Amino acid sequence: MSEQVITLEKVNKWYDDFHVLKDIDLVVNKGQKIVICGPSGSGKSTMIRCINRLEAHQEGKIFVHGTELTGDLKNIDTIRREVGMVFQQFNLFPHLSVLDNISLAPIWVKKMPKKEAEEVAMTYLEKVKIPEQALKFPGQLSGGQQQRVAIARSLAMNPKIMLFDEPTSALDPEMIKEVLDVMIQLAEEGMTMLVVTHEMGFAKTVADQMIFMDEGNIVEQASPSEFFNNPKNDRTKLFLSQILNH
Amino acid sequence: MSSIVYSNKFLIWSKKNLFSSWINTLLTVLSIYFIYEVSVFFLDWAVFKADFLTNFRGERIIDRTFCSKNIEPGSYGACWAIIHVRFYQFMYGFYPAAEVWRVNLVFFLLPFALVAIFFDKVPFRKYLLYFTLAFPFIAFYLLYGGPSLTTVGTNKWGGLLVTLFLGVTGIALAFPLSIALALGRRSNMPIISLLCVIFIEFIRGVPLITLLFTANVMLPLFLPDGVSPDNLLRALVAVTLFQSAYMAEAIRGGLQAIPRGQIEAARSMGLTYWQSTRKIVLPQALRISIPPIVNTSIGLFKDTSLVLIIGLFDLLGIGRAALADMTWTKLYYEVYVFVAIVFFIFCFAMSRYSLYLEKKLKTDNSS
Repeated sequence: MSEQVITLEKVNKWYDDFHVLKDIDLVVNKGQKIVICGPSGSGKSTMIRCINRLEAHQEGKIFVHGTELTGDLKNIDTIRREVGMVFQQFNLFPHLSVLDNISLAPIWVKKMPKKEAEEVAMTYLEKVKIPEQALKFPGQLSGGQQQRVAIARSLAMNPKIMLFDEPTSALDPEMIKEVLDVMIQLAEEGMTMLVVTHEMGFAKTVADQMIFMDEGNIVEQASPSEFFNNPKNDRTKLFLSQILNH
Repeated sequence: MSSIVYSNKFLIWSKKNLFSSWINTLLTVLSIYFIYEVSVFFLDWAVFKADFLTNFRGERIIDRTFCSKNIEPGSYGACWAIIHVRFYQFMYGFYPAAEVWRVNLVFFLLPFALVAIFFDKVPFRKYLLYFTLAFPFIAFYLLYGGPSLTTVGTNKWGGLLVTLFLGVTGIALAFPLSIALALGRRSNMPIISLLCVIFIEFIRGVPLITLLFTANVMLPLFLPDGVSPDNLLRALVAVTLFQSAYMAEAIRGGLQAIPRGQIEAARSMGLTYWQSTRKIVLPQALRISIPPIVNTSIGLFKDTSLVLIIGLFDLLGIGRAALADMTWTKLYYEVYVFVAIVFFIFCFAMSRYSLYLEKKLKTDNSS
């Protein structure tokens, strides 16, 4: 029996008058890999940013590991420790070395001794295949390397769930693969993943659920084979034809 | 050979930059003439035709009537003897001579307390920073007195001592206060942010003189009966509040330059607001804000001379007192030029430091 790790019930969110998320229902089971796509402004980033409360929802309920996300700061901190996030713009800390970027949260949030945290950091740098960059600063790395450091930084907190917000959109084409390879490896190890991306090749390889969002709604949710071969909704069809035939 | 190449380079440079067109040539010639005239005039007055300790007859100058320019008007320049005679007051005010070693010791220790803050690659920086933290207490004990040191009331302090005390202490106290104000202004909590905005805008909207008068007159009203803080402390409060408002705006500029993603990344890893502020936001924001912080500090350092209107004798106040002395009266130029030079030395040093930092930050970021 699969275990529900994320549950969204009738979630609504507004930016002032703009209704970004409309009655979103979503269940994510342990170990599931869900790829979310849709046109820009459809609410897909906002949805995953609600899951670690970088954005607050106004109506409905969000549970992560059984803990409900409310304004309660303690709950938010607990959930953030279990949910890692990778951003489009990497968001590495430019004033810290790669090693310090990764060991920062283990030291300050988990109160890990510095030496141990650095060992953890090195383990994950090896996992993303750039241990030799440990002492450099983010500005000295290529985009692909920076994003891999960002993934290692999230993993160092040993999260149960990983959220990816368009992780390859800011990368030059030749660097996309090195980041996707790391993500595929992570998926194979059984990580629960929610990925906002337009990399449909990646989606076909990794996803066990596809979600298509438009104008704040989940328009279609299906298995990848169903989704790509036999989309039900017209908007999905249009979107897929645009994205696959360019 | 190399000197020929060098002079050739200079010729090419000057042809390109100084004599590229007839109007440029005209401006160059006029500027050189102007610079020449002004420096000859000033050097004549300040050095070549000036009296230092003796006049042109070789007599020791003991009052203004001995100055060469007062004996033979028109043919002599500055009479620096007034600075020499009053030098002690210019440096220490009315600090008792028997205790003046204490002030000298503080002047001597001050650079050691500052060097670790200003430069990040000094030997023993860690230990120097401990010294920096201890310095305010050491300095206060030495200057004011305490166990086994005679008390020297602040009414005896004066001259450069007061100028440096107000400038350095004001800037040092304003720094943490301004960080709190800048963070408060950007806080999500409306009351805190409103209070910070009101404070900052009020202080920035009022001249320092007004604050000095207010602190002088009104501070005692807020304190319990019988507690009467001394004049220097009142001035220090005014100066600190004034500087903290300006510094807060400089720091706010730095805070605004930090992309939102930095905070989001820190928060998404479970760092609390204070942790992400301390480890991620402030280190980056303060680096950007250092040049404007130094700018406002230069402004404040000069503004400390306004304390003379509430009866404190800073460097300028001592100068005015010296001019009021009947035996030395009317030597305005000497006194004001001297005061200006002392202020210039400190402000120019700060300004060069700011330039050095800007260059350093640029190279650090491009690496």
